[in-house]
Amino acid sequence: MGRMKIIPDAKKKELQQILEISGENVKDCMQCGKCTAGCPASSSMDILPHQVIRLLQLGQLDKVANSQTIWSCASCFTCTTRCPRNIDLAKLMEAVRLTIIRSKGSSRLKADDVPGKIDPKMPQQAIVSGFRKYNK
Amino acid sequence: MQRIGVFVCWCGTNIAGTVDIDQVKQAAEKIPGVVNVQDYQYMCSEVGQNLIKNAIKEQKLDRVVIASCSPRMHEATFRKAAKSAGLNPYLVEIANIREQCSWVHKNKEEATEKAIALVRAAVAKATLNTELVPGEIGVEPRALEIGGGIAGIQTALDIAEAGYKVDIIEKTPSIGGKMAQIDKTFPTLDCSACILTPKMVDASTHPNINLYTYSEVEAVQGYVGNFEVTIRQKARSVNADKCTGCGICTDKCPSKKAESEFDEGLRKRGAIYIPFPQAVPNVPVIDREECLKFKTGKCGLCERVCPSGAIEFNQEDTLVTQKYGAIVVATGYDLINLDKFGEYPYTEHPDVITSLEFERLTSAAGPTAGKFLRPSNGNKPKKVVFVQCVGSRDKSSRGKTYCSKICCMYTAKHAMLIKEKYPEIEVYVFYIDVRTPGKNFDEFQRRAVEEYGVNYIKGMVGKVFPEGDKLQVHGVDALSSETLIIDADMVVLAAATKAKDDAQELGRKLSISTDANNFFTEAHPKLRPVETHSAGIYLAGACQGPKDIPETVAQSSAAAAKAIGLLNKGKLVNNPCVSQVDEQICSGCLACTKMCPYEAISSQVIEVKEQGKIVKKTVAHVNEALCQGCGGCTVTCRAGALDLKGFMNRQILAEVDAICL
Repeated sequence: MGRMKIIPDAKKKELQQILEISGENVKDCMQCGKCTAGCPASSSMDILPHQVIRLLQLGQLDKVANSQTIWSCASCFTCTTRCPRNIDLAKLMEAVRLTIIRSKGSSRLKADDVPGKIDPKMPQQAIVSGFRKYNK
Repeated sequence: MQRIGVFVCWCGTNIAGTVDIDQVKQAAEKIPGVVNVQDYQYMCSEVGQNLIKNAIKEQKLDRVVIASCSPRMHEATFRKAAKSAGLNPYLVEIANIREQCSWVHKNKEEATEKAIALVRAAVAKATLNTELVPGEIGVEPRALEIGGGIAGIQTALDIAEAGYKVDIIEKTPSIGGKMAQIDKTFPTLDCSACILTPKMVDASTHPNINLYTYSEVEAVQGYVGNFEVTIRQKARSVNADKCTGCGICTDKCPSKKAESEFDEGLRKRGAIYIPFPQAVPNVPVIDREECLKFKTGKCGLCERVCPSGAIEFNQEDTLVTQKYGAIVVATGYDLINLDKFGEYPYTEHPDVITSLEFERLTSAAGPTAGKFLRPSNGNKPKKVVFVQCVGSRDKSSRGKTYCSKICCMYTAKHAMLIKEKYPEIEVYVFYIDVRTPGKNFDEFQRRAVEEYGVNYIKGMVGKVFPEGDKLQVHGVDALSSETLIIDADMVVLAAATKAKDDAQELGRKLSISTDANNFFTEAHPKLRPVETHSAGIYLAGACQGPKDIPETVAQSSAAAAKAIGLLNKGKLVNNPCVSQVDEQICSGCLACTKMCPYEAISSQVIEVKEQGKIVKKTVAHVNEALCQGCGGCTVTCRAGALDLKGFMNRQILAEVDAICL
């Protein structure tokens, strides 16, 4: 284990992309951990939700992108509703997933398939992200 | 033709470094009306001032223009110098060639050109300046204190000790406020009641202090030194003069369903009640919403048992109008409503309590006589979890964006109080940051950790699930990144503080402003922390922002000092730069009255001669004591009937012309 290099600007372009896709500002986070404390999926995560934001604050996008966490996130929005700083962490997770998929150059999502998969009871974003995760 | 003197200041190199003083002088000499031009390194110094004084006398100057720093800095200095040389101080005009010229420019040529333009404008205005004489208004030697908590009591005592009459208006039946509810105070852990109740008694027995409890401010009129306040004394239904405070009525009252406000709903009280045993005044009040006599017409037991015949069911609200020279606002704070924080089942589970409820639970005078017991079953808890920042530093719509300031310290205090009485109880504190600036404050919090073994966990609680007779607390230790579950018996929430719900309404009555969070705004965050923008109205305590007791008391004494300073003057000098109405032009539309932020303009009916007949006409009337000279009305007036003395329209236009033409 070498020391982590803290270079906030290291992944500036990708980080900017994540912030643009999600519309969330990771700098608002005070690391209170309420997202982790209430997360129903945290037991299957290798890094915890509040650590995801911390790593993004530090520009450590690779650690987030290589984690199980972003794929374990169920997009249940518990963290989003409880965050005292109004950060939509579920959106951020989705933005990280999108960034990875975009960088691989092939989106496995076929636009034509989407309408059939929409269930009015589920949040739209949950369908989209779930669809991405299991369509390998 | 005027005889104007122009004095150009170097301000060391502040001005002279960027502005060519000689060129400014030469240009000034050519302006019509200017008869004398001088320069000096520091015009504000005694030598500089003497230069001006001598020139006024020797050259018989009737106007003075000083090209120097901002008028905010030294206008008063130069006006005083002119006055001592026999010149009306309002004939002095400042050309700001420092802040508005030398400090913001680098190019000497351009800066010099601008400095000359500014001097030309100032001379143009000075030519039209007229002598203004400030008026005098009397000061009523009596102060009003709105709010009877520790802030109000402290301010009232200080003002009363200085020899002035003070009235305290308190909304609830007793003075004492939040501090009376608190068990112990940090960082000394001394008993809150022991230090507060003597002050309450002092306030009630002081010959200069008069209490209006169970009363509210109905209306405020007037201005600094001469406020006229209408006070609504709500009907107590008990004659305070006859009542001996024996308490028989409160014991016998058959209706015991109401929740005690003082005990935060943890105890029931009668419809006729004294808020707490040490209440001042020790006179009960009938809660008409709860009283059977008022609800059904039957009962009246209290009237029958009262040995002194003090019960008066037919009492009505009375209105008292009183004049005051100064007003101190000390209305305090409240805790936010936790209804929207569903993850902490505060509204559903009796063992989830707020910090203020905790104070009552540990207080020896509280519902459990100081024994720390679970409200749900009366058993002693084994594990207690404190959650800080519930709604504080919260950017979502549920909370408040600011830090409530007192929670870190009182939570440490609560944790210690538990450990002191029951060392075997496990105590956990979930925090985001621990903020303990203050004398002996950090040492206090560290003592909770180091000596008392309170478990501080950095992280928030995500959810509290009631399970059996336990509360499952799901949290995280953000430092080790371990998620935690604690089977707690009680959860104490440090709910955010908030301004009083009716703060804005009171602010409107007083014409003082509130910020985005409804806290009253001070005149300057650093240099005028206890004054408001309305002269003669001061702030004390948590109504201005979250504050602990030592800070509140310090601010209260500061507000008292300001109020005493005002009352002590006896007479006030008006700023003569106020609006005036040209009654011939005024059409009586009164648009100015709606615009005026100080409520200084009212209407009056005057008699004028029109085509040989005397007719009545409504016109605007400016109260010179209230007018702050903002000039808003002068631009609101469609007819141009309003003009601001010292800043008349033609003076301003002359300045513009001098720069542009």
